[in-house]
Amino acid sequence: MSAQTLLIELSYFTASILFILGLKGLSHPDTARRGMFMAEFGMLLAVIGTLLHRDIVSYEWIIVGLLAGSTIGIAMGLWVPMTAMPQRTALSHAFGGLAAALVGVSEFLRHGENLGTFKVTALGFEVLLGGITFTGSLVAFAKLQELVKGTPITYKGQNVLNGLLFASAVVIFIALVLNPGHTALFYAMCALALLFGVLLVLPIGAADMPVVIALLNSYAGLASAATGFALGNNVLIIAGTLDGGSGFILSILMCKAMNRSITNVLFGAFGSATATVEAGEEGVMREVSLDDVATQLAYARQVVFVPGYGMATAQAQNAVRELANLLEKRGVQVKYAIHPVAGRMPGHMNVLLAEANVPYSQLYELEQINPEMPTTDVAVVIGANDVVNPEARDNPKSAIAGMPIIEVDKAKSVIVLKRGRGKGFSGLENPLFFKPVTGLLFGDAKTSLNRLASAVGEL
Amino acid sequence: MNEVLIAGFYVFVLAAFLGYQVISRVPPLLHTPLMSATNAISGISLIGSIVTAGAKYNLTSTILGVIAVTAATINVVGGFIITDRMLKMFKREVKPAAEKK
Repeated sequence: MSAQTLLIELSYFTASILFILGLKGLSHPDTARRGMFMAEFGMLLAVIGTLLHRDIVSYEWIIVGLLAGSTIGIAMGLWVPMTAMPQRTALSHAFGGLAAALVGVSEFLRHGENLGTFKVTALGFEVLLGGITFTGSLVAFAKLQELVKGTPITYKGQNVLNGLLFASAVVIFIALVLNPGHTALFYAMCALALLFGVLLVLPIGAADMPVVIALLNSYAGLASAATGFALGNNVLIIAGTLDGGSGFILSILMCKAMNRSITNVLFGAFGSATATVEAGEEGVMREVSLDDVATQLAYARQVVFVPGYGMATAQAQNAVRELANLLEKRGVQVKYAIHPVAGRMPGHMNVLLAEANVPYSQLYELEQINPEMPTTDVAVVIGANDVVNPEARDNPKSAIAGMPIIEVDKAKSVIVLKRGRGKGFSGLENPLFFKPVTGLLFGDAKTSLNRLASAVGEL
Repeated sequence: MNEVLIAGFYVFVLAAFLGYQVISRVPPLLHTPLMSATNAISGISLIGSIVTAGAKYNLTSTILGVIAVTAATINVVGGFIITDRMLKMFKREVKPAAEKK
C-alpha cells in the first residue's frame, strides 16, 4: 500500500467515524450543531483525500464542478425560506439521485464488457435507484412548489402500468447481469428507471408527501451505498446506508402516524377515491366572536396550539408566537402540540415554530400532549384538519380510521381558525367542527391571530 | 464472489444496524434537520464523482463526472448550511431580552 493510498483510506476512515458521531449529536438539540461540525469536517477530509487519488490527472473540471456546486449550494442554503424546506429537500434528493446515477453510467461506459457480475449488479442498483430518485423527487418538488397540482393524478390501469414498468425494469436488470456488456439493455434500464420515478410519484397527493419525501430520501441513500459497492469504497457504503436507513425509519414513522402501510401510500391514491364517500354528518358550526376567543384565552390556565400546514401557508408562525407571548405574560401556560405528519415533511412544524422563536421545550409530541388535553382550557387549531379529526378514533369505517390524532375535542374548549366552511385537504368531513365544544373563528389565520393578540393586549 | 464484496456486505450490514440505533434516538423535533443532514452526508457520492471528473477516462465520462460533482456539491454545501441554519433556531428557553425585539 503506497503512502498515498494510505492517506486516502485514512481520510475515508476518519470521515466515516465523524459522520456517525455527527448523527449521534442529533439525538439532542444541544449537541446537534457540534455534531454537524464534526460531519462537515469529515466531509472535508474525505474530499481532500480523494483529490490525491491516482486516477486523477487534471483538476480543472473538478474545480469547475466544485465551484458551480458550491455557488448554487450556498445560495440555496442561505436563502431558501423555512416554509419551502420540503421542496428544497425534494430537490436535493433529486441531485443526490442524479449524482449517483451519472457516476454509475460513467463507470459502465468506462468498463463496458469487462464488468464482472458483481460490479454490474451494483451499477444496476445504483442507476435504477438513482434514476427513480431523480425523476421521482423532481415530481415531488413540482407538486410541493405547486408547479403541478398537488392532488393525486390518477387514471385507469395506473397500478397495472406501474407494475408492468417495474417488472420490465427488473427483467432487464437480470438480463443485464447475465450479459454485462450489453449497452442497449443498460440504457433501456436507465430510461425505465427515469419513467418509473415520474409515474410512481404522480398519483401521490401533497398531503402524503411526508412519506414520499422520506422514501425518496431512503432511495437516494441506497443509491449512494450502491455506488460504494460499485467503486469498492467503504465510506460511500457507510454514508449511503446511514442516509438510506434514516429515510426508511422516517417513512415508517410517518406511515405509523397515519395508520397506513407504505403500499397504501404509494398505490392507494388517497383522497381521490375516498373523497366522495360519506358526504353526510352535517351539523351546525358554531361561529365565535373574536372578543369571546380573546377572553377565553386571556383567562385560561393552559392553552395548547395545534398547528398544521395551513399555519405555514398563511405564514402565521410569528403571529402565533406574539399571541403566545402576551398570554404567557398573563401567566397562561402555553404549549404546542405537533403531530408527526403535520406539514409536508417530517418535523417541518417544529422548524417553523423554532424559527418564530418558540423554545423547543414548549413543543410537545402527540403522546405527550394527549394526556394533558382534559386539563387544557383552550385548544387552538391553526390550519390543521386531519390530525385533529375525531373520525380517526371513533369511526372504524373512516378513510383515516386508526390514525393517531391530537385529541383536542377532549379539551374544555376548542377554537378552530379556518379560512372558510369547506373541507380540509383530504376532502374528509371533520365532525370536530360540529361538536358543541368547538367554536369556529373564520378568516385568514394570520389576520385572526394578530387581531386576537391586540384584543388580548387590551384586556 | 470476491473479498471486496464480502467486506462490503459486512460494512453495509453493520452500518445499517448502527444507523438504526443512532437514528432512532433522534427526536421528532429534529427530524427535518436529520433529513437535511443525512442528505448532506450522502453527498459523499461527491468523492466518486470527483474521480470520474478528473480521471480523463473519456469525454463522456468527464462531462457526466462534472455534472455529478456539481449536483453532489450542491447537496453537501447547501445541506450543511441549511442544517446549521435550522439547528441554530432550536433554543430551550428564549431569553426575555431577545423577545422584546
